[in-house]
Amino acid sequence: MNEATIDIKTNEMAHDDHHGPAKGITRWLYTTNHKDIGTLYLLFSLLMLFVGGAMALVIRTELFAPGMQITTPEFYNQMVSMHGLVMIFLVIMPTFIGLANWMIPLMIGAPDMALPRLNNWSFWVLVIASIVLMSTFFVEGGAPSGGWTFYAPLSTEYAKPSITFMILSIHLLGMSSIMGALNIISTIFNLRAPGMGYMKMPLFVWTWLITAFLLLAVMPVLAGLVTMMLTDIHFGTSFFNAAGGGDPVMFQHLFWFFGHPEVYIMILPAFGIVSMILPTFSRKPLFGYDSMVYATASIAILSMIVWAHHMFTAGMPLAGEIFFMATTMIIAVPTGVKVFNWIATMFQGSITFETPMLFAIAFVALFTIGGLSGVMMAMASVDIQYHDSYFIVAHFHYVLVPGALFAIYAGVYYWLPKWTGKMYNETLGQIHFWLSFVSVNLTFFPMHFVGLAGMPRRIPDYSLQFSDFNALATIGAFAFGISQLIFAYIVIRAMFAGKPATQEVWDNPEGLEWTIPSPAPYHTFETPPEVK
Amino acid sequence: MIDSLILFARKLLVKLVAVFAAFIPGIAFAIQPYNLPVGVTETSKEIFDLHMFGFWISFAIGVFVFAIMLWSIIFHRKSVRPTPAKFSHSLKLEILWTVVPIIILVALMIPATQVLTRTHDSSNAEIDIKITGYQWRWHYEYLDERVKFFSNINTPEEQISNQEEKTAEYLLEVDKEIVIPVNTKVRFLLTSADVLHAWWVPDLGVKKDAIPGFINEMWTIVDEEGVYRGQCAELCGTRHAFMPIVVRAVSRPEYDDWLAERQQGAEEEAALAQKADWTPEELLERGKQVYSINCIACHQTSGKGLPPAFPALIGSSVVLGPKAAQIDILLNGRSGTTMQAFGALLSDSDIAAVITHTRNSWGNSGQDQTVFPQDVAAQRSK
Ligand SMILES: [Cu+2]
Repeated sequence: MNEATIDIKTNEMAHDDHHGPAKGITRWLYTTNHKDIGTLYLLFSLLMLFVGGAMALVIRTELFAPGMQITTPEFYNQMVSMHGLVMIFLVIMPTFIGLANWMIPLMIGAPDMALPRLNNWSFWVLVIASIVLMSTFFVEGGAPSGGWTFYAPLSTEYAKPSITFMILSIHLLGMSSIMGALNIISTIFNLRAPGMGYMKMPLFVWTWLITAFLLLAVMPVLAGLVTMMLTDIHFGTSFFNAAGGGDPVMFQHLFWFFGHPEVYIMILPAFGIVSMILPTFSRKPLFGYDSMVYATASIAILSMIVWAHHMFTAGMPLAGEIFFMATTMIIAVPTGVKVFNWIATMFQGSITFETPMLFAIAFVALFTIGGLSGVMMAMASVDIQYHDSYFIVAHFHYVLVPGALFAIYAGVYYWLPKWTGKMYNETLGQIHFWLSFVSVNLTFFPMHFVGLAGMPRRIPDYSLQFSDFNALATIGAFAFGISQLIFAYIVIRAMFAGKPATQEVWDNPEGLEWTIPSPAPYHTFETPPEVK
Repeated sequence: MIDSLILFARKLLVKLVAVFAAFIPGIAFAIQPYNLPVGVTETSKEIFDLHMFGFWISFAIGVFVFAIMLWSIIFHRKSVRPTPAKFSHSLKLEILWTVVPIIILVALMIPATQVLTRTHDSSNAEIDIKITGYQWRWHYEYLDERVKFFSNINTPEEQISNQEEKTAEYLLEVDKEIVIPVNTKVRFLLTSADVLHAWWVPDLGVKKDAIPGFINEMWTIVDEEGVYRGQCAELCGTRHAFMPIVVRAVSRPEYDDWLAERQQGAEEEAALAQKADWTPEELLERGKQVYSINCIACHQTSGKGLPPAFPALIGSSVVLGPKAAQIDILLNGRSGTTMQAFGALLSDSDIAAVITHTRNSWGNSGQDQTVFPQDVAAQRSK
């Protein structure tokens, strides 16, 4: 009897100790707190954004004028490949996981993520993976230079030593993503506050739930693929070597079976963020919540049967090309629904233009440009001309930079006051937006034209007729790169100084995250809130 | 690594200064018509029309979306409209913007499928040309005509490294063009000897991957005589940017003359390969030609190569050392590098000639100054 009482007491004391974060570096190393891990993910991706961005500027400097300027063709190829790998695996994906970590528990009224230790591990595995990836610069022969798509046989039979390290890194990144996805799914399935039915979940939660399933579906395929590469390189197998009975085109099928859903992994959470922000600043509920959910799910399912539209010049049979053209076109329908729902949300609202809203509006407009060029590419017979040209480069950068990245900026500005408890500097935010908006278009819009005029992608040098627009794109890229320093300054400053943020931060926003104080306390929703 | 970083930083600095000095008067960009080429084949013209059709539809959708957004931004801002509307769904609207896009997509899909079907039909071609991608040049073989040759970029390295003024066809010029007759169905059979490449000539409206171990087909009928230029479109390694394609379309009689000339050349080549009594001078002269066709892409006219990927031949221990080692590399390639095996591509005389050339050029002077075809034959039969 007595013993039991003492037990309860010590337990309570232990519990009390848990309320604040640990001190020093161990707080970050051992943390299982979703907010700490979210912060780690976000700061890590911010750092990597500048690493990947620096590589982009090397590329743009080389392309400023015809002739070799500052790189060798070999180093240029390394920059192109690493820029892609870094931006995809170390910037966009971890940022979204960071946002999920911070916001999903707050949005569904959960005390933390469902699997906190796994959460810690998935972040630190990501860090290890990134160190392995970066170390390839110091391997004999330099970093991978076969593109972020590392096609066979250039990256198998003809692989340089660093490809093996890249494979290891991709395995680790895949583990990290799968653990992150499992965690998100189990959190959403199990930890929703009472009354929070599935069709009441905020769209960011919905889009992430669907994204997590996509990750689970395709990351193992990537893992299998790189393992096949590994055995081809080191153990004498011939999965992708025709001379040994293998097939280099099979590599592309497997890669894009992963790669196309991957594209949606990088954009669905962005859809979610924008669907949260537009209603707040339009002061009007989201238009067509249900159809938004169904559209997201349809996009995810369709995204798994469109992969070979990346391979219209690989020599597929006619029936195959028609099939992939058709599925690709169909995917434009739910995507269109989303865009129309967003503009209907703004329509007849009472709109104000704070920085998050500016980025969200720019997202809708510029993502639409990327989507429309995507529809043009879906026409397989026309894609013969577009394929592997700068038109493609323009397209996917429109989807990923003013698409995914702008949505991330919108989300960060939107939730930053909740994270830090301080308002960011709105004037600087507006300056950051306008500089980014102008320069991002200056960078990527001209690429459409040089691509149509016949400039192939992944070349360090080009013939004279492409000079003008390449120079323009380089100027835009430097302006864009420099503008992002403002963003880093705004974010870091808002951690330490600024006007205190209110609980609601914005004008009557919807969602549980606005019912807790700013900054969000270390532990939230230890008693679940009641959702009506 | 550190050295190259320093070099990089220095070059960057020089460049930036030069850019600021040069750029101010250059602000006025000459805006040229930047669009897909209409091209000179039925396929390229159909593709162009479809492209413009797709573009105008996209343009219309874009204008529609942006107009509504702009309308809301201007007239539904808080200062103009303090109370927002309350609506959050409309079944009618949602059906409308599901169905209308489907109709538009079907309208794109039908003509696109028609063109696609036509481009897939490579039957009844009059001329078959096998195209093989190599790192980093193209090989053309006119099947059944005994004509085959490599096509190398011939833009001087000095232009690429900005030491000389760039000429109009910079990076889009080759030593030997591929020649085809107009108004004739020509079928291309594409493959590769090493990694993936892609053969792309925008004016012809053709692009297809060259895949080792597989053969891809495509075809063209060129309507107008002229020279049409393109490039490799699939990342194929270090010198991917430097393997252009030049197609010269000529009248049928001109084509026949060209072919006859080529065939005669082929016979002379064959005779040369049989020739036994080479003098060192003849070998040197021949070697220079062989070098310019097969070696300059990597080792460069200057023999300085492009280290570290492509070693210099000047002062190379292999070139200055005993001949056996160099013959072996020429015959069998060097595994783990991009040095390919030339045993099957070149005759004994050509291998002997090119080795002799490297041993006597750029101030090289070491052992075994002259290598004879017999030396190569002896080593080949081992
Ligand atoms: Cu190539």
